Amino acid sequence: MKSEVWVYTELGYDKSIKKVSRELLSAAARLAEKTEEELVAVIFGYEIEKESSEIARYADKVIMIDDRRFNYYGTERYTDAFTKLIRKYKPSTILIGATANGRDLAPRVACRMGTGLTADCTGLDIDEESGKVAWIRPAFGGKLMATILCPDRYPQIGTIRPGVFEKTELPEKNGKIIHETFDDTAPEVRVVHLDFQEKKLENIVNLSEAEFIVSGGRGVGGKEGFEKLKELADVLGGSIGASRAAVDSGWIGHEYQVGQTGQSVKPKVYFACGISGAVQHTVAITKSDIIVAINQDKNADVFKVADYKIIGDLHTVIPALTKEIKQLKLKKENQ
Amino acid sequence: MKIVVCIKQVPDTTEIRIDPVTNTLIRAGVPSIINPADMNAIEAAVQLKEKHGGHITVVTMGPPQAAKALRYALSMGADEAILVSDRTFGGSDTYATSYILSQTLKKIGNFDLIFCGKQAIDGDTGQVGPELAEHMGISQVTFVSGLEMSGEKISAVRSLEDVSETVEASLPVVITVMDELNTPRYPEISRMVKAYATEITVWGVDAFEAIDKTKIGLKGSPTSVKKTFAHAIEKENMEITGESDEAKAAVMVQYLKTIL
Amino acid sequence: MSDFYMTELQKELVAVMKEFGEKELKPFAGYYDEIAEFPMDAYKKAVKMGLSRMTFPVEYGGAGIDHKTHAMMMEELAKYDASFVNGLSATVLAALPVRLAGRTEQIEQMVTVIGNGGFAAFALTEANAGSDAASIRTTAEKVDGGYILNGSKCFITNGNIADIYVVFAKTEPEKGTRGISAFLVERNREGVSVGKHENKMGLRAASTSDVIFDHVFVPEESLIGQENRGFKLAMQTLNYSRIECAAVATGIAQGALEACITYAKERNTFGKPIASLQAIQFMLADMEIQVQAARALTWQAADLADRDMINPEISSCAKTFASDMAMKVTTDAVQIFGGYGYSKEFPVEKMMRDAKIYQIFEGTNQIQRVVISGNLLK
Repeated sequence: MKSEVWVYTELGYDKSIKKVSRELLSAAARLAEKTEEELVAVIFGYEIEKESSEIARYADKVIMIDDRRFNYYGTERYTDAFTKLIRKYKPSTILIGATANGRDLAPRVACRMGTGLTADCTGLDIDEESGKVAWIRPAFGGKLMATILCPDRYPQIGTIRPGVFEKTELPEKNGKIIHETFDDTAPEVRVVHLDFQEKKLENIVNLSEAEFIVSGGRGVGGKEGFEKLKELADVLGGSIGASRAAVDSGWIGHEYQVGQTGQSVKPKVYFACGISGAVQHTVAITKSDIIVAINQDKNADVFKVADYKIIGDLHTVIPALTKEIKQLKLKKENQ
Repeated sequence: MKIVVCIKQVPDTTEIRIDPVTNTLIRAGVPSIINPADMNAIEAAVQLKEKHGGHITVVTMGPPQAAKALRYALSMGADEAILVSDRTFGGSDTYATSYILSQTLKKIGNFDLIFCGKQAIDGDTGQVGPELAEHMGISQVTFVSGLEMSGEKISAVRSLEDVSETVEASLPVVITVMDELNTPRYPEISRMVKAYATEITVWGVDAFEAIDKTKIGLKGSPTSVKKTFAHAIEKENMEITGESDEAKAAVMVQYLKTIL
Repeated sequence: MSDFYMTELQKELVAVMKEFGEKELKPFAGYYDEIAEFPMDAYKKAVKMGLSRMTFPVEYGGAGIDHKTHAMMMEELAKYDASFVNGLSATVLAALPVRLAGRTEQIEQMVTVIGNGGFAAFALTEANAGSDAASIRTTAEKVDGGYILNGSKCFITNGNIADIYVVFAKTEPEKGTRGISAFLVERNREGVSVGKHENKMGLRAASTSDVIFDHVFVPEESLIGQENRGFKLAMQTLNYSRIECAAVATGIAQGALEACITYAKERNTFGKPIASLQAIQFMLADMEIQVQAARALTWQAADLADRDMINPEISSCAKTFASDMAMKVTTDAVQIFGGYGYSKEFPVEKMMRDAKIYQIFEGTNQIQRVVISGNLLK
């Protein structure tokens, strides 16, 4: 019997298949091809015939538990069921999406199996020397990349960051669906799901803590221009900022001024939009990981400190960036 | 109510730079801090104690210098601190670390709540909390952004990708917290003075009679690091070109993809 | 022997001050300077940390922080906003005579007010009695069960935000310095009012105003220490507070130096950072030399105070040297920043304005020199 690569198929709160699970199917398919293993999808839920058949199109096999008690994700039942199935089928490798629930489940499963787990991977490969899965992941806030192996225990498990693998066209496999049941002897559930609520979006006004800052200067041209910047900042989950010129023009409050009496910012990405780049502004932004400058004037001083230069009209570049990032996020998010 | 908070001392990753020549992390001179999410964990514990009474033990596993992190936690309002430190613990991955912490928790005994931060900024795994719960055989609530104690139960808001989920948990339970949960307080000066006049309890491997030595340290870790390389983000003062502003935006997003 | 190293506790206390300063003071210092209002949000947080009562002994709810540690902490805070430190330390200063000579109930009253976020003010100076403190005109007339206070104080730090005042008044005017007594006067006593708010050059966020006492009755229990011993108490207090003055001045200079280092590395002229110019390098080195010397002198003065060997002359030397040094260093800092240094967009012009007062208050540097040379030549 061929050994198996498993993909945990996660369902969202509305029972739709999370996008990351489809991405993992593509990634696992490539992996299984290299290792000549079977591609197996595991799916838990209640009344999930449709979802199971959908996923079965691209897998050699689907293992499904369709049970009222699995209607919503719960650490205890899901771990119990998952580890029982692992013991029964002995997969070599398991990919789980690095969503909140994926990262809740995976460590429980790995720990119960006494095996290793690599978190939040952004790359997958086969280690030539050992033939094991090489899990590639960032650490130190993305400043370091590490290749992790799980050399002598099974299964090898990793959680995979959403959005890093493309959802590719997969050959139709129309695998069989195996209905597994969950026995009633499971211990009582001590964490009970009550309900779901819409997430409240919080605006980060604290510039010094913001991970993304979209900052505007004289080139923004007015209050309306800042609306566009705000849209980009919202998509990024960051804050807007401003140069003194924009604040003095009354387009935006002074609490948004970057470089005000020496206050520094250190975001992951700083977008300087229509900012000329006077020194009082640039000294305050040099701690940013990445500076993206957008300006129509190709001689603008701001370009000297920028990592990426976009010579163009911010009024078209910014909405285009917003649109692109929205799409990217949509892909990463799980519908 | 007996509360245990597990914290980690980490290098301030925002201060870490990459040496462009050797392509390695420059760690010299980088200050050590309490992992930010663990600060929220301490705050959550102190708030619960202020409201409902109780006793807080703060635990960290690390080198002797990690005592500083424990003293900070004491200064914020923790009552007791334990440093779990031994050469044989070095090189532990999340499995081994959580195993050692579970031994620590068993030795402490009689806890109702265990708080951890959502994840550490150096390793970024977020696995120690759930693995600790698994080793202990108790339940967990992860990614918590809201918390309330009602009688013998705790109701918590979990922050998922697109929605929030409210759950109710019986005690004992491991809770991993997000930074949205609260704003950590500053330490109190009088507590700091006391904390620095107190010897920190250190538990080495010998403190745990029943510890399985095959499950600790480098050898007890199922995963191993094959190699690491600094992830130098291209910082070339590069011009993004394209036929239109829209096209430039698309190219730009490709470059930023991994960090967005 | 004076110790010139920092203990682990002192290092951590300073690190916490840095964290507090970076997050709670630095981003807002320019704003509060502009509108001349005290940063109350930051103060509330500082009170919660116990900064206002930390110098009190542990048995009074304090942390027993000694003068040297206090100097280190205030130096660090002063890097971010001297106005804030001024409001905080004026409260601590006002509490000092009470701690030195007051009764247990008075100390407890002081701790309660301060510990709950209230402010205290040290009310000695009058319009015609600055350096010449002995010539105050405020009187305290002995009546049945207490005293009636009459007079007007000026340049009182925390004057309009204080909940409690330590007031120096003449109980026996004909006896000169031996006829002055100190009183604890609550703000809500009838006849206490706040006068003109000073619109100042520096320390703008700190409140400075006149305080007027118009037939204010205080009970006998309000007397701090013994009758007619107030002047000595005031002078004792100032011997201690000069050490803190020196620490704050050192902090302002250190803050200016750090700002210059950052700026000099970032600011390019002729295609190179100005830090590569020897003219700038030497200015930075001179700043460092001056700051280090001031710090050492301050620590020495504080260390002596901690060993109950306070030496007024060394306190005076520290205050005078540190404040003259701070003026020089901040002026040079503005120079290094060039035109931007003169702009409110950068913090150094504020530091220069803030530094000036340290040459003036708590005894002008001229008066300090009179005292120091008097000592040398006696």
